[in-house]
Amino acid sequence: MPTPRYLDKSGRSLPPEAEARRVARAVYEIKIKKDIRYEDHPAFAKKPDGTPLYNALTDKEIEDIEGIEDLPERATRGLIAEDYVLQIKRMADPLVASPVLPILEKYILGLKELELKMREDLTAIRKERKEKAGPSYNQSLDEQLNPIVFDYAKYSLPGALVVDRYTYRIILKRKYPQFIYWLAMPFFSPMPREVLEFYNQSKLMAKNITLDRYPVGTGPFVMKSFNPNMEIILEANKNYHEDRYPESGEPGDEAAGFLADSGKRLPFIRRAVYKLEKEAIPRWNKFLQGYYDNSGISSESFDQAVTFGAAGRPEITSFIRDKGIKLQTSVMPTTYYAGFNMLDDVVGGYSVSKQKLRQAITIAINYEEYLEIFNNGRGMPAFSPLPPGIFGHIEGKEGINPFVYTWDSKKQVPHRRSLEYAKKLMIEAGYPAGRDSKGRPLEITFDNAWTGPGQADLIKWYIKKFKLLGIQLVNRTTDYNRFQEKMRGGNFQFFSWGWNADYPDPENFLFLLLGSNSKVRHKGENVANYMNPEFDRLFDIMENMDNSPKRLAIIKKMLRIAQKDSPWVWGYHPLSFGLYHKWVKNIKPNAMANNTLKYIRLDASTREQARKEWNKPRFLPVALFIIILGGIILFSITSMKRRKG
Amino acid sequence: MLSYIIRRLMYAVPIIIGVNVLTALLFFRVNTPDDMARKILGEKFVTPAAVENWKKDHGYDLPAFINTDEHGAGIVTQTIFFQKSAPLLWFDFGRSDRNNIDIGREIRGRMWASLAIGLPTFIFAIIINLFLAMILAYLRGTLLDTWGLFICVIMMSISILFYIIGGQFFLGKALRLLPISGYDTGLHSIKFLILPVIVALIGSTGAGVRFYRTVFLEETGRDYIRTARAKGLGESRVLFKHALKNAMIPVLTNVVVSIPFLFYGSLIMESFFSIPGLGSFTIDAIQAQDFAIVRSMVYLGSILYIIGLILTDISYTLVDPRVVFD
Repeated sequence: MPTPRYLDKSGRSLPPEAEARRVARAVYEIKIKKDIRYEDHPAFAKKPDGTPLYNALTDKEIEDIEGIEDLPERATRGLIAEDYVLQIKRMADPLVASPVLPILEKYILGLKELELKMREDLTAIRKERKEKAGPSYNQSLDEQLNPIVFDYAKYSLPGALVVDRYTYRIILKRKYPQFIYWLAMPFFSPMPREVLEFYNQSKLMAKNITLDRYPVGTGPFVMKSFNPNMEIILEANKNYHEDRYPESGEPGDEAAGFLADSGKRLPFIRRAVYKLEKEAIPRWNKFLQGYYDNSGISSESFDQAVTFGAAGRPEITSFIRDKGIKLQTSVMPTTYYAGFNMLDDVVGGYSVSKQKLRQAITIAINYEEYLEIFNNGRGMPAFSPLPPGIFGHIEGKEGINPFVYTWDSKKQVPHRRSLEYAKKLMIEAGYPAGRDSKGRPLEITFDNAWTGPGQADLIKWYIKKFKLLGIQLVNRTTDYNRFQEKMRGGNFQFFSWGWNADYPDPENFLFLLLGSNSKVRHKGENVANYMNPEFDRLFDIMENMDNSPKRLAIIKKMLRIAQKDSPWVWGYHPLSFGLYHKWVKNIKPNAMANNTLKYIRLDASTREQARKEWNKPRFLPVALFIIILGGIILFSITSMKRRKG
Repeated sequence: MLSYIIRRLMYAVPIIIGVNVLTALLFFRVNTPDDMARKILGEKFVTPAAVENWKKDHGYDLPAFINTDEHGAGIVTQTIFFQKSAPLLWFDFGRSDRNNIDIGREIRGRMWASLAIGLPTFIFAIIINLFLAMILAYLRGTLLDTWGLFICVIMMSISILFYIIGGQFFLGKALRLLPISGYDTGLHSIKFLILPVIVALIGSTGAGVRFYRTVFLEETGRDYIRTARAKGLGESRVLFKHALKNAMIPVLTNVVVSIPFLFYGSLIMESFFSIPGLGSFTIDAIQAQDFAIVRSMVYLGSILYIIGLILTDISYTLVDPRVVFD
């Protein structure tokens, strides 16, 4: 695991626990293994003179090429540090339009400047081409035929440097412990120069042979076939480095059989086929027929698959159990919430009365009921933005939101405060029975993008819950584009939103309430536009800390501040239900990891046997149908003959 | 005939331009280039600068129809409408806004999957519908005709979704005779096509049979049919030889206009049966707010419609000597 070196303004080393404000540079020096090789690919194939074989394909050569498989010569090469540096530079390429650039340029030294330089050069190239072509200049057509390609070697990036063949250095402008998670994301995958040169050929692009369709890597699988409209096929990479199944795991893994394959060479699967199924019903039926190894559960199939036991725990039905199908549940690192616009005169603000108004509404919106009605019970009500599994989420009495819940010490469960309590808060907020001092009913607008079938019931449910407090909720459903527009402009009072973790750190959730991340004021992700100076101060401290009791104590303080202010109705964390057949081994839920396919093992003979057994055709009803149809035809002919006679 | 076709094609030009203008107007009314950029760049961390850059890089930073910053021809040519629509005239569909794929190539690849369902459905539907309609017309007024019509009305009143889900349940899940959904290339695709074709046939039979029956009944009331009967021809000969030939104009109107659309695919069928055709291509593009694909598919649809109409006119002259090109 790369550990950063921290330096102050004068370049002196600082200890790992150094305060963020003292850190002027965070230096990650990353060493890569020497025995890693890329998959075999035409981009690496060379002519006898050492020049690339396929990097200057002629019209004639390309005529018969329909896919990458039509280029027979393949080769490989070893992974080097330069490939990583090239990829980091590539993020700044305006034509790549990397979605993470706005975040990473805040941290990586010189990335912002590199982007601006490349953007400047791009504008100059386009201007020159436009002046040359005159009024007939068509940018899209021009760049289709003559793509603009940046030579990254000509651009320097002080924040990403090659130290030696197998070492590279990333320099950050500040302390940012979460950077380690970014390093594990696909944006930081190495990119060989040869591959970019290969795919930059406009003739290949015209054949839809592009880097996004045929990526090149060093991982356990290679892209054999990419047809996202039908299927994607991965095959085991024969150049994959020595990688073994883990010998240790979490408590309980051994008993659950997760360590049975310890020490064995990865990956187990030779071929993985992903089929596109757009509709839930055929997908579910094909899973039951054994044509898919695993499946989620849609709401249409939920009752067929899952039942809740006496203790309220989800269990699979006997129908599913008889097929040998197993269920795995896990709370997703996601928060679905509703929120208030804190800039609004009616529902926003930080006075005690406004806090109480929002707390009352939060109590009335009963997410336990919501989950039962709309989600088949798949989820857990949230007490804060932090879902289980994220540092800072606390189970039990200590973790509840005391403004919405009390603790039932007998049953050891949280208990939502009563509606009467909420009504009392409404009186204290100045809205007895939902009316203001002049007796006018309190009216709140609800903005959402719930245009889908069945979502009208959701809206009705919210209206009903507000009505319990005498509040009139005025629904303003729009399409998603208009909804976002309203959120950006702050033209709303109450809204519904969600957040899925980018990485497993509380910072990635708590920044949704950070003042400097306000959507209206700073175009950030804090849609409620919440701004509490104390919360923000604590965030700045917590953001750059490693997980520790000290960090936990700060998070607790932050959560309590937010819970009291109630900018959100805290919503729920969805529960993921996964089913898999008996022939699938080593599946363990992990919402953050993207590389779990290599651990999965299949018992193909059991699968084949089950498919045969489950899918024996039934001809008898067809025979009966043919007989009846024959009878009708016979009757018709007889009728016609009779008529003719 | 050639001059007629050329004239018709000339008439088509303003229609096609009009369709393009309307498509652009409607699309950008609901979905501005800023919305497209946000959708394509992702839901998170999209800065205003990133949106502006995306628009620049994809040619959406220009004015929609008139560019007052330019001079001369540039006023018209340096606009989103011109830049994006002009290449369509020579069938250069350009690249997708979302994933940069070559749209023309994608259309050429996907149309065969749409055709694989569309063509057999089209052929079998004509044969079955005409055959059943003629039988009902022949048996008009009998119990079989009454029940036949009743069943037709029921069949045409039921949503295609019911047939799809019912077909998948009975033939795929319960009887296990056919794959529930899926697609493959070459001859392997046949087993996946049987169920959607059966479902599409069942779905179209009610309306088809009723329509053709009406056409036949109209023909059987005409003088030449009475003459044929009077000279002693059998009812089947009257119906199948005389009435069928003369009923071809309304039949052709219904049939020929839909021939070009066999390539175009069906949105629902392709979605439920996971057929990678042009129907699902279009619906995916609408959902992804990919204007480049939507524009291309609408353009292609209008061209196909015009071709269908011209083909229909031409086919009239083949079956009715009274119709001549003028």
